[in-house]
Amino acid sequence: MKVPGVASIARTAALVLLAAFLIWPQRFAPLFVPLTQYGAPPIYDQGNLLTLALAQLGTVCCAALASTVVAVALGILVTRPSGAQFLPLSRTLVNIGQTFPPVAVLAVAVPLVGFGLKPTLIALFAYGLLPIFENTLVGLKTCPPAVLEAASGMGMSARQRLLSVELPLAMPLILEGIRVSLVISVGTATIGSTVAAKGLGEVIIAGLLSNNTAFILQGALVTGLMAVLLYDALTGLERRVCRTVRID
Amino acid sequence: MRADRLGALLSAAGTTALLSLPFVIFKANRIVPGTPHSLGDVLPAWGAIGCYALLLAVSIVALYVTNPRLRLFAALAGVVVVALAVAAAGNALTPAGNKVVRVAPGAGWWIASVCLGLLATDAITRLRPGPALRVLLLAAALGVALLALAHGTFDHLSIMREYAVNAVRFAHEGARHVALAAGSLGAALVAGLPLGILCYRVPRLRAAVLGTLNLIQTIPGIALFGMLMAPLGALAAAVPLAAQLGIRGIGAAPAVVALFLYSLLPIVANTVAGLKRVPRATVDAAQGMGMTDSQVLTRIELPLALPVIITGVRIVLVQNIGMVTVAALIGGGGLGTFVFQGIGQTAIDLVLLGAIPIVVLAFSAAVVLDALAEVMARAPA
Repeated sequence: MKVPGVASIARTAALVLLAAFLIWPQRFAPLFVPLTQYGAPPIYDQGNLLTLALAQLGTVCCAALASTVVAVALGILVTRPSGAQFLPLSRTLVNIGQTFPPVAVLAVAVPLVGFGLKPTLIALFAYGLLPIFENTLVGLKTCPPAVLEAASGMGMSARQRLLSVELPLAMPLILEGIRVSLVISVGTATIGSTVAAKGLGEVIIAGLLSNNTAFILQGALVTGLMAVLLYDALTGLERRVCRTVRID
Repeated sequence: MRADRLGALLSAAGTTALLSLPFVIFKANRIVPGTPHSLGDVLPAWGAIGCYALLLAVSIVALYVTNPRLRLFAALAGVVVVALAVAAAGNALTPAGNKVVRVAPGAGWWIASVCLGLLATDAITRLRPGPALRVLLLAAALGVALLALAHGTFDHLSIMREYAVNAVRFAHEGARHVALAAGSLGAALVAGLPLGILCYRVPRLRAAVLGTLNLIQTIPGIALFGMLMAPLGALAAAVPLAAQLGIRGIGAAPAVVALFLYSLLPIVANTVAGLKRVPRATVDAAQGMGMTDSQVLTRIELPLALPVIITGVRIVLVQNIGMVTVAALIGGGGLGTFVFQGIGQTAIDLVLLGAIPIVVLAFSAAVVLDALAEVMARAPA
C-alpha cells in the first residue's frame, strides 16, 4: 500500500501546478524558452490555455454523462427477463466494439456530421458506452443470488430490488467503467482537435505544425496531468463507494 | 409462434434503412456533392426484386427460426447479397473506362450491413464455437473478402478507387503499422516479463511499479508522444550515434517508445497475476523433487501462468494496433496516415481506407489471441 501522505501531497502539488500554469502561463515562459527556435513564442499564444482546458473537460464530461445514462439503462434492460434475448449479443458486441480504435470512430463520424464539436462528442459518447455497459452487465449479473432471494423474500418488488439492492451492489463496478471510459475520452478528445473541436490537442497540433517543441510539451503535460488527476479523483470516489456497500 | 425480439429489432431497422435511406451515393468526381440512389434505381428490376425477396427471407428466419446454425447461414447469405448488390450498383453506375466517378455505399447500405452483421454475430455467439472454430470462421471470412477484392468485385466502389491510387503506399504503411504495433509488443515482452517476475518475487516493488505503469496508461496517446519528442530530439542532437540509429524527435522513435511504455502495464500486471495463480502446493512439490529456483520458474510457474500472460499480450496488441493510428500525427507512419489525410481532405473513402484495415487487424488479433489463451488454459501444462 502507498503511504497516504505521499499520494495526497503529490495530488495537491499536481493540482496546484496545473491550475497555476493554466491561469498564469506566461510566468512559466522562461522554462519553455530553451525549447523554442528562432524566437518563436514559448507559450501557446493562439488561444487561452485555461479556456481550452475547460472546453475539453466540458466535452469529456458531457459525453461521459450521456454514455453513463444510456449504458446503465441498456445494462439494466438486457439483464431483465424481457431483454434476455439481447444479452448474448450485447456481451459479444462489447468485446468487438472495444477492438475498434477510438480514433477510427472519430474519423468515421466526421464525414457524417461535419467538422467541429459534433464528431468528437459522437465518438466520445459511442466509445464511452462500452466500458460502462460492460461493467454494468458484470455488476448486475454477479449480484449474489442469496441476496436477491432475501430481497424478494422481504417482499420487495422487482423495481425496489433493482433500485435498492442490485444497483447499489453494482455501483463500484459501474464507477470503474466510468473511470475507464473517462480516461479514454480525454485521449480521444485531444485527438478531436484534428477535426476542429476545441481542446488541448490544438496546442500539441499547433506545435507539430510550426515545429515548436515548447507548444507540444506544454499541451502534452497539461493533457497528461488532467487525465491523471481525473483518474485519481474517480479512483478516490470508487474507494469511498466501495466502503459504503461492502458486504462479505 | 413468438417472434424473436432481437430479430424483430434488426429486421425493422434494416428494412427501414434500405427503403428510406440511399443505398449508394453517386458522385461525378471526388469533390462534388453526391446524388443518392436506392436499390431499385440502380439494379435491373429482376435484380432488385431478387435482393428484396432474399432479404425478406433472411428477416423471416431472423424473426421465427431459433436454430442458430440456420440463423447464421441466413445472415451470411444476407451479407453476401448486400455486398454483391453494392458491387453491382458500382458497376451499373460507372460508365465503361471512367475512372473519375465515385460510387460510395450509402447510409442505407451501411445500416443494413450492420444489422446483418449483428444477426450473424448473435448466431455465432449462440453457437458458442470453440477456439479452433472461431479462428477458422475468421480465416474463412477474411479469405472470401480477400478473394473478392483480388478478383476485382468491388473495383468500381469509391474505397477501391482510393486504394488503386494509393496501392503502393497502402502496402508500405500497412506493413509499417504492423511492424510498429508488433515491435513495441516484442520490446515490452522482453522487458515486461522479467519485470513482472521481479514484481511477483518482491511484493514491495509491486505496488510502486504497477502504480507507475498505471499512471502512464492514463496519459493520452498524443500527449505521451509529445512528451517524448523533446527528450528524444535532445538525445539525437547530443549523441550522434543515436541520430544515426534513427532516433529523432519526430517519426517512429517517440511512437515506439510510447507504445512500449503503454504495453508494459498489461504484460507486467498479467505476469504477476498469472504467477499468483500458480498453486503453492505445485511449487512446493517441484522444490521437493529437487528442482532449482530457475527450473521451478521455467518448467512450472511460467507455463502455468502462460494463459494469463497471453491475455495480457492480447490486450497490448489490440491496444497498440489502435494507438499506432495516432502515431501518424507525429510522422510515425502507419495506416493512420490515410485516416488523418482523409480527415484533412474531408474524403471519407480515404478515412475508411485507413480505418477499415485497422479495425480488421485489431479484431483478428483479438480473435486469434483469445483462442490461443483459451487453448492454453485448457491444455494441461
